[in-house]
Amino acid sequence: MTSADSLITVSICIVPIEFPDNSVIRLLAQELAAVFKRRVEIHRSSVDVTLAFDPFRQQYYSSALLKQLIDNPACQSNCKVLGVVNFDLFIPIFSYVFGEAQLEGRGAVVSNYRLSNQFFGAKPDPHLLLQRLVKEAVHELGHTYGLAHCQYPGCVMTFSTSVEDIDDKNGRFCQSCADFLHRKKSAEFIEPIRAIAK
Amino acid sequence: MGTKDVSILIVDDEFSVRDSLYQWFKADGFIVDTAEDATAAFEKFKKRTWDIVLLDIKMPGMDGIELNRQILSVNKNIVVIIITAFASVETAVEAIKDGAFDYVPKPLDPEHLSVTIRNAIEKRELSRENLQLRQRIEELTTPNDIIGTSAPLKKVLNLVASVAKTDSTVMIRGESGVGKELIAFAIHTNSPRRYAPIISINCGGMSETLLESELFGHEKGAFTGAGRLRIGKLERANKGTVFFDEIGNISHKMQVDLLRVLETKQLCRLGSNTPINVDFRVISATNKDLEKAVREGQFREDLYYRLNVVTIEVPPLRERRDDIPLLANHFLGQFSTSMAKPIRKISDDAMNVLVNHPWPGNVRELRNVIERAVVVCENEVLRSRDLSFPFTIEEDRPDRFEDSLEEVERQQIVRVLHKTNWQISRAAEILKIDRTTLYNKMKKYDISR
Repeated sequence: MTSADSLITVSICIVPIEFPDNSVIRLLAQELAAVFKRRVEIHRSSVDVTLAFDPFRQQYYSSALLKQLIDNPACQSNCKVLGVVNFDLFIPIFSYVFGEAQLEGRGAVVSNYRLSNQFFGAKPDPHLLLQRLVKEAVHELGHTYGLAHCQYPGCVMTFSTSVEDIDDKNGRFCQSCADFLHRKKSAEFIEPIRAIAK
Repeated sequence: MGTKDVSILIVDDEFSVRDSLYQWFKADGFIVDTAEDATAAFEKFKKRTWDIVLLDIKMPGMDGIELNRQILSVNKNIVVIIITAFASVETAVEAIKDGAFDYVPKPLDPEHLSVTIRNAIEKRELSRENLQLRQRIEELTTPNDIIGTSAPLKKVLNLVASVAKTDSTVMIRGESGVGKELIAFAIHTNSPRRYAPIISINCGGMSETLLESELFGHEKGAFTGAGRLRIGKLERANKGTVFFDEIGNISHKMQVDLLRVLETKQLCRLGSNTPINVDFRVISATNKDLEKAVREGQFREDLYYRLNVVTIEVPPLRERRDDIPLLANHFLGQFSTSMAKPIRKISDDAMNVLVNHPWPGNVRELRNVIERAVVVCENEVLRSRDLSFPFTIEEDRPDRFEDSLEEVERQQIVRVLHKTNWQISRAAEILKIDRTTLYNKMKKYDISR
């Protein structure tokens, strides 16, 4: 691939990892494309989840999944990679995480395990589940663009530790985060152009 | 609350813990760093102070318990949060007894950690606010409003400085307008009780019933019109100071009630029999001859001795004339600023008049004279014609032994002019001088209506 080719392939790769519902992944891809104004591709997973499984905690170590995700040969080196799982994630210090992302990096992973109503013994709501998953995916991808947690009420980058927190935010970036994201996305194009010019 | 100015140091020997928490707090916008043991933590403290320290208990070398003690011994405002395994919760409790803010068990619940950090930030903000307020109080402890360098005033201020450090009951004596309340405030703001309030009570300005309710408060329904509970001034002054102004004016019943409170350090709100413990310092002030009042049975002797432990006599302004220029210029600056008038100075002529005036109303009168002068002055310099002394007509003012012949003459002219409603001919007739001489003397003493 030439340097010029890389300009048009800046995108987001969604990698479903043992995720049972393809329709949810397709809807997620549409939403992410609309939010980030990027081409979103769905790639097959080459992740070995057994390497991330902790039998004592009966959970999956999200950092171990992330490491495999960014090494996924199917995804181009300049795209953001989002792993989507439906099992419970953790990092050693925390009892659980909804997702994890590399701040200003390439990879992110989100789980819908604790986003579903069934987890709390409530009636299933597929539409609400998708909304929550989209918000968390946008939030984690926001981190990969360098966005930190935001204090602005309703912004998708506000910090959430419960589904109530997630439901409270509107799924969009506040103006400040949107401006930051715009600058970052512009740089994605400018930097390769500068590299070619050199 | 913003997180950008909050710094967090994570001290844990496990890399995965340090790294996870580092990423977590970094994403939240905190200033964050990590240390793998106590030695590394001390190095980080050499570079900057940290607002919050997340501290693992079990570490090689110095453990978290000891590190917690050492951190807090250097700066007790640092918020330490202990990270602990469930098995060592008892140890974490020990750390909290040593001053740690809270503990979070491993593995951390994100929601719990989030709440703990939010609480820690609130505690830090409160500590900072508290420190700022204390610094502000420290600034106020210099009694800037007490102006003067004269020997009599210095003597008073030295006594204020000495008595302020103690918890002694103080009685401030002095004529009306000498600044007894300022002295009381100066004692309070230099005393160990300065972080608690000083409550001022003007005993002369209230009826007995109102004063009783003001001092002791009342329960809801204690009397007609007592629609809700009211906390009295004595209760509000707890840990602070109560300043009783014009103490010589309180009724006999109030004297009894007050004496009981001072003796028992307890009071009951009106309408209640439940005693409430109170702890306040008492400063009182009077311009009356209390000894005479005691002799005549108008003021209780036991209360007199209880209040009159240390006496501070504030000299009248005429006994510290050296301070008049300083005070006059201070008030000129104050009023020309507040009235937005470009008055730069007081003329020598006017200052001479001010220095030689008897000031029966003392500093309060001087202040009022300058205020009036600033109102009427239309130049950059305040002149003697801008001064007027409407407050100096003291018909009851006794002639004082130390008054000069000129002062006695001046007072007599003012007295007669006032009596004759400023009819010059009539006044001249009473004074047995001609009108021209009276005019000349009025000019000389700067007497005007």
